Amino acid sequence: MAEKLTQEQVSQLEKYAQSIRYSIVQMVTEAQSGHPGGSLSAADILTTLYFAEMNVNPNDPQAASRDRFVLSKGHAAPVLYATLAEKGFFPKEELLTLRRIDSRLQGHPSMKNLPGIDMSTGSLGQGLSAAAGLALAARLDNSASRVYTVLGDGELEEGMVWEAAMFAAHYKLDNLTAFVDFNGLQIDGPISEVLSPLPIPEKWAAFNWHVIQIDGHDIQAIYDAIQTAKTIKGKPTMIVAQTIKGKGVCEMENIADWHGKAPTRQQCDLFLSQLNELEAQ
Amino acid sequence: MGLATREAYGEILKELGGKYENIVVLDADLSKSTKTAVFAKAFPQRFFNVGIAEQNLMGVGAGLAAGGKIPFVSTFAMFAAGRAFEQIRNSICYPKLNVKIAATHAGLTVGEDGASHQAIEDISLMRSIPNMTVIVPADAEETRKAITFAAEYDGPVYIRLGRMAVPDLFAADYTFEHGKAVQLADGKDVTIIATGIMVGAANEAAKQLQDAGISARVLNIHTIKPIDKEAIIKAAADTGAIVTCEEHSIIGGLGSAVAEVLVENSPVPMERIGVCDTFGESGIPSALLKKYHLTAEDIAAAAKKVISRKK
Repeated sequence: MAEKLTQEQVSQLEKYAQSIRYSIVQMVTEAQSGHPGGSLSAADILTTLYFAEMNVNPNDPQAASRDRFVLSKGHAAPVLYATLAEKGFFPKEELLTLRRIDSRLQGHPSMKNLPGIDMSTGSLGQGLSAAAGLALAARLDNSASRVYTVLGDGELEEGMVWEAAMFAAHYKLDNLTAFVDFNGLQIDGPISEVLSPLPIPEKWAAFNWHVIQIDGHDIQAIYDAIQTAKTIKGKPTMIVAQTIKGKGVCEMENIADWHGKAPTRQQCDLFLSQLNELEAQ
Repeated sequence: MGLATREAYGEILKELGGKYENIVVLDADLSKSTKTAVFAKAFPQRFFNVGIAEQNLMGVGAGLAAGGKIPFVSTFAMFAAGRAFEQIRNSICYPKLNVKIAATHAGLTVGEDGASHQAIEDISLMRSIPNMTVIVPADAEETRKAITFAAEYDGPVYIRLGRMAVPDLFAADYTFEHGKAVQLADGKDVTIIATGIMVGAANEAAKQLQDAGISARVLNIHTIKPIDKEAIIKAAADTGAIVTCEEHSIIGGLGSAVAEVLVENSPVPMERIGVCDTFGESGIPSALLKKYHLTAEDIAAAAKKVISRKK
């Protein structure tokens, strides 16, 4: 078993996550467009990946040996942009250009526009296939590079996800680790009511993936799951991360309406002060 | 009779596999039909069957390309351009990834399988996507050269291949130039512009016209996108009338691409030979080509008609 994070490391990662959440609220408000709910829910996962695990270098974003990240739920672009800026891939000020004309921060991630984006995504269901292709390429090159991807729970309604699930298991892509950001809500309401993809862990297990279930806001648990995934041979790993849509902004938490709605400037001030308070605690 | 273009694809792919270690081949449970099985036998470590799952076929191809490989992905044209259209658009063409889509069994001449398997919209679909190159080889040699070009070109390429054997038109010393039309016969009364398996019929039509005292230029347009505007404009200026021929719907394919060039540059009377906004049906390829008016006789008749429309 890999070593645990120290309490100090966990605290530092929580600070990054909080700063990323702050950026998400700021940028979506500035754009008056975008997807805050599912960005906030995935902040702890991306923070742990980028600040505690992945081999990436902002000064050499195209390094062949780097680990790769595919945001299959591409509408959560704000969390990816905020994480990359926090990591130093581009200036934080640029976050405020989200969704504006001529911006590198397209509404959904575009790999040709912005350094640090390993795959263009946004059309749901397509990211896991691309991640599997990246994992296969790494294996063909005998590279130690690992591939990470985050899917939405609603996204599991796309049939293509299960084509990719079969493929990754059949070809034993154990350098591929996927997360489901399991916040339970999609645009039209609870996933269980729209078109239930439940039960989620059992489905992935039936597709011959190694499955781990965690609290997706527990940094230590996220980190431990990633370490376990690295020890699993002959299978890809799916980490089903129970999360809260809108996490960190109490007015947004668990409300489907915040899937793709921007806060007003007034709401933004309130939300940012909440996030500041949380950080101070 | 020569080889089917899909047969030539299988052969050259194996040859290129030996030359370029980065070539990886994917198929969706049709490797014996698409002829990728030839590569699979030679390079089993670089061949992956994704099963009956064409959306994932394109997505994995995109990922492999993002990881520095040169993936050739193959399935029937209907399932590539049709079923996986959006994966090709968003995962491959939008990021301009280096994926080669070799789509076989295109057009009416897939034959007995009927309308559900007869892709007659694929040229239209593929040429409408930014960053995509669209190539339709006419015979085995042109296929070999086109596939070699695709392997060496950086960016997405769609290559349309046929099921049935077609006559050889080109010798081994044939040079394929990306985006350049090939003039097969010169003439002054009309230009017949053809692509894919219709190039042979266009040649035959030109001979029939010659017997009737009509001089026809024949152009083979293997690259539908980017199209050779210069050759089309020159043909319009020199001969004053155009007939296009494709084993594809007359909507959105070669005929439309040529018409776009003509109306913007040098409008002349034009006739289009192709499938006229209808589905196909089961039958032997030769009978289908006859019923849907895709024969040399149909082309010759269209040439006479278009000449009569000249002012």
